[in-house]
Amino acid sequence: MMWLDTISLWAIPAMLALIPLWGAIRKVKVYDTFIEGAEDGLQVAVQIIPFMVGMMVALAIFRASGAMDLLARMIDPITSRLGFPTQILPLMIIRPLSGAGALAVTADLLKSQHPDSYIGRLASIMQGSTDTTFYVLTVYFGSVGIRKTRYAAGVGLLADVAGFLAALYACNWFFG
Amino acid sequence: MLNVIWLALMVFGVGVAAFTGKAGAVTDAAFAAGKLAIETIIQLAGMMALWMGLMKIAEKSGMMEGLAVVLRPFVRWIFPTVPGNHPAIGAILMNISANMLGLGSAATPMGLKAMQELQELNPDKETASEAMCTFLTLNTSSITLIPGTIIALRAASGSVSPSEIVGATLVASFIAGIIGITLDWLVRRYNRMRGEAKRR
Repeated sequence: MMWLDTISLWAIPAMLALIPLWGAIRKVKVYDTFIEGAEDGLQVAVQIIPFMVGMMVALAIFRASGAMDLLARMIDPITSRLGFPTQILPLMIIRPLSGAGALAVTADLLKSQHPDSYIGRLASIMQGSTDTTFYVLTVYFGSVGIRKTRYAAGVGLLADVAGFLAALYACNWFFG
Repeated sequence: MLNVIWLALMVFGVGVAAFTGKAGAVTDAAFAAGKLAIETIIQLAGMMALWMGLMKIAEKSGMMEGLAVVLRPFVRWIFPTVPGNHPAIGAILMNISANMLGLGSAATPMGLKAMQELQELNPDKETASEAMCTFLTLNTSSITLIPGTIIALRAASGSVSPSEIVGATLVASFIAGIIGITLDWLVRRYNRMRGEAKRR
């Protein structure tokens, strides 16, 4: 537990120093390479703008109208039995479908709930413990012309469910 | 699928507003969210640039290759149907390493290369082979070492300690990975047993 907290605290500072140092040892032009990557980073940020606007507006409407509360009241018996807060549900639905979409849902949760709240932390952990299963399946199988994907989608989805539960467990363990 | 979800959010949202009398609130929320989305991106962009810049250095200095060496015995073990010296193993290793380091843009080309190599070994070109299913499970449930984008997003949203979730994410993604690979192994075993039962 203690050492994991230390990892959390030192992960970023260590990377800020060690990655450029390691690059220099391996004779990489560190600054030029950094600029090259930073350019890609900005491009990614621009690319996700439409996803952010589309998803955050839709979620804001859904919440402001009272529809979110209505949905929460309907599904609460199921989610609360598993221990999931209902606000996290949109993230669980969109996560396997779209990476940029899920990022927008998480951004919405972090803004509306605060990143250091229980839900904010849970959403952050979930992003890392699950993947865009349907998207990856479509792109990877599509690229080589596979039509019958057999059990891949089933196992992938179950793994995502496992990821959601593991995130919940880890969140309670670390921050509960 | 996303088209349906998005439409449902918009239409149900406005529909419920008609009953709750919150049409004004919906208008305000919609415009505020559009503004908030752009503000979030602006706050995020600098950190994304920093992160991807660092990761580019990591990529060029052979960090993926280093991780691949460590992972090789494990990957050979969970792909029993792929010969150990086949190029598919190399592509799978690079894809998984890139994924673990959060190098999304480097992971996808390697992943597609791995699929091509696995397709070479696949007797039925329209049906997924066992190795392909295992690869996709491994890909979608692989461990996240440093969730860079999320840390940046947390910082952009005003977190006091943006990186405090790194430890918990490591634990959660490790558990999810183990469960995913175990499920895949169980399905393979079940299929084999069923196949043998049929032959008898």
